[in-house]
Amino acid sequence: MSAPVTAEVLTVSPPATSRRQAPRWWRWLTAIRRSKPATVGAVIILAWILLAALAPLLAPYAPNAPDLAALAHTAPSRAHWLGTDHLGRDLVSRILWGARPVLLIAPLAVLGATILGSLLGLAAGYRRGWIDLVVTRACDIVLSFPVIILYMIILAHFGSSAWNIIAVLTLTKAPIIARIVRGLTLELREREYVAAAKMRGESALYIMLVEILPNARGPLIVDMCLRTGYNIIIIGVLGFLGIGLPPPDPDWGGMVKDTYGMMMVWPHMALVPCAAISSLVIGFNMLAVGLRELGLRD
Amino acid sequence: MARFAAKHLAFLLLTLFVVSFLVFALNEFSPGDVARKELGAYATQDQVEALTKRLGLDRPLLVRYAEYMGKAAAGDLGTSARYKAPVRTVIARHLANTALLAALAFACIVPFSMLLGVAAGMREASRLDRAILLFSTVMASIPEFALGVFLVSVFVVWLGWLPGTATLVAGGGWSVGAQLVLPVTVIVLFDAGYVISMIRASMVEVMQRPYIRTAVLKGMPFRRVILGHAVRNAMINPITVILLQINYLVAGVVVVETVFAYPGFGRMMLEAALFKDIALIEAGALVAVGLAVLTNILGDLAYMLLDPRIRA
Repeated sequence: MSAPVTAEVLTVSPPATSRRQAPRWWRWLTAIRRSKPATVGAVIILAWILLAALAPLLAPYAPNAPDLAALAHTAPSRAHWLGTDHLGRDLVSRILWGARPVLLIAPLAVLGATILGSLLGLAAGYRRGWIDLVVTRACDIVLSFPVIILYMIILAHFGSSAWNIIAVLTLTKAPIIARIVRGLTLELREREYVAAAKMRGESALYIMLVEILPNARGPLIVDMCLRTGYNIIIIGVLGFLGIGLPPPDPDWGGMVKDTYGMMMVWPHMALVPCAAISSLVIGFNMLAVGLRELGLRD
Repeated sequence: MARFAAKHLAFLLLTLFVVSFLVFALNEFSPGDVARKELGAYATQDQVEALTKRLGLDRPLLVRYAEYMGKAAAGDLGTSARYKAPVRTVIARHLANTALLAALAFACIVPFSMLLGVAAGMREASRLDRAILLFSTVMASIPEFALGVFLVSVFVVWLGWLPGTATLVAGGGWSVGAQLVLPVTVIVLFDAGYVISMIRASMVEVMQRPYIRTAVLKGMPFRRVILGHAVRNAMINPITVILLQINYLVAGVVVVETVFAYPGFGRMMLEAALFKDIALIEAGALVAVGLAVLTNILGDLAYMLLDPRIRA
C-alpha cells in the first residue's frame, strides 16, 4: 500500500529543473523525508506491512492454537511475550496474523471507493446536467446518514465476510471521493489543456481519464491515506460489535470484543490489540497530515 | 431565501423516503422472511404461508411500504420482538438515554475544539499549532473502543477512581454521574480530534485573508484581530461540521454505548440488527434518518445566520 502512496508525492512537487534527475524512488523518499509527520507515518505503516507479510516466519505459535498450560498464567512471560488470550492463544502470533486482513481489506475498500467515486465525480463534474444532479443528491443522501447503523443493518442481514465488508465500505465511502473529484473537475474542465483536447476531437472519456483525472490526484492521494485510516477504524469497530470478520481467525476488533469483559482481571488481552490498531491508524493519519503539508508548501 | 429553504426541505424529505424505503425493502423484500422470523425455524412452510397471507405480506412491496409509512405517521410502529414492548416506547426510552449522553458530550466538544482549533490556526506552524495538530491527529486515530479500553485500564482497573460500566442504574457504590464520566470523555476526545482539525484548517485560511492583514497593519491588538475579525469568519465552514456531529452523537455512539453497557439508541439498534427484530430496525432507521434530516436543516440555518452572503 505504501509504495503507490509515496509514489504520488511527486505529483504535488513542481517539475524538477535539474539536468540529470535522481532515480524516482530516491526522489519519493526525499520528498517524504522533508516532512516529519509523513516520515513517522510511513515508518509505522511500513513496519506493520513487514510484520504482516512475515507473519508466518515471525509468529512463534499458530494463531489459533490454544496453549492450555499457559491458561494458568496468561500475563506476558518469556514463553508468550505479550501473554495469551482467554483461550490460551499467543497474543504476539494473533496480532501478527491479525494485521493481514486489516492491511488487505482497508486498502482494497479505499481503492474500490476511489475508483467508483472518481468515475462518478468525473461524470458529474464534466457532464453537468442531470448526471450531476443525480450523483450529488445520491451522495448527499448516503453522507447524511449515520453509516454505522447502515453497516449494522446490512452486515447483520447479509452476514459478514471480507468481501461484504469491502462492498459496504466501498459504497459508503465513494460519495466522499465523488464530491472531492467533482469539485476538482469543475475547476479543471476550464483549463486550456482540456480545451486543446476537445479541439483535437478527443472523446469525453479520454478527456476525463487522461486530461483531468491525473491533475486531480494530489488531493486524492491525501484523501486515500485518511480514508485507509478510517477504514481500519471501521473494520476494528465492526469486529468489536460482533459483525466483523468471522472467528476463529484473528481480527483485532474481534479480539477486543472477546476479552474486554475480563479487563478487571486480565487487561493485557484487550490492551494489546487496541494498541496495535491505534498505532496503525496513527501511521496513516500522520502520513496524510504530512503529505498535505508537503503539497501546500510546494 | 424561500426558494432555498423549499429546495432543501424537498431534498431532505427525499432522503427520508429513500433511506427508509431501502431499509424496508432490505428487510421485507422476500415476504416469507418476515413470517419465518416471527414463527421461528421449526414452523412448517404451511404455517409460514398462512401467516404471510394473514399479515398481508404477499402484497406488493410499495403498497406495504406506503401502509407502513402511513401507520408510522400516526405513531404506530409495531411491536419489538426483542424487547417485548411497543417499538415506540422502546425507542423513546433508549433515545432519551442517548440524548443525555449526546448533550453532555456536545456541551464539552464545542468549546473544547473551538478553543484548541482557533489557538492552533491563528499562528500556522507555530509550536502550539504543531502540538495541537499532533494531539488532534492522534485522538482522531484511536478507535473509540480502543480509547475506551485505554481509559478503563487506567481509571478503572489501575486507579479504581471510576466505574467501568454506565448502566444508568446507581449501584456498586457509584452514582449515575460518575458512570457518565468515562463515556462522555471517550466521545469528546475522539470527536474533538476531528472537529479541531476542521476549525484549525478554516482558521489558517482566514488568517491569510487581506482584511486580517489590514487589521494587523493598522495596529489593532492581536487579541481583537482574532476575536473580532477572525473567529466569526473561521466558524462559517466548520459550523455545519459541528452541527453534523449531533447526528453522529445520537446515532453513531453505538461503540461507546457497547463498551460501557450504556442503554442507548445505538446499542438498541445493534441488538435489533443482531436479533433480526424487523419492526425495531425499520423504526430505528426511520428515527435515525429523521435526526439526520433535522441536523441538516439546523446546519443550513446556522450557516445562513453566520454568513449573510448566502441569504441573498
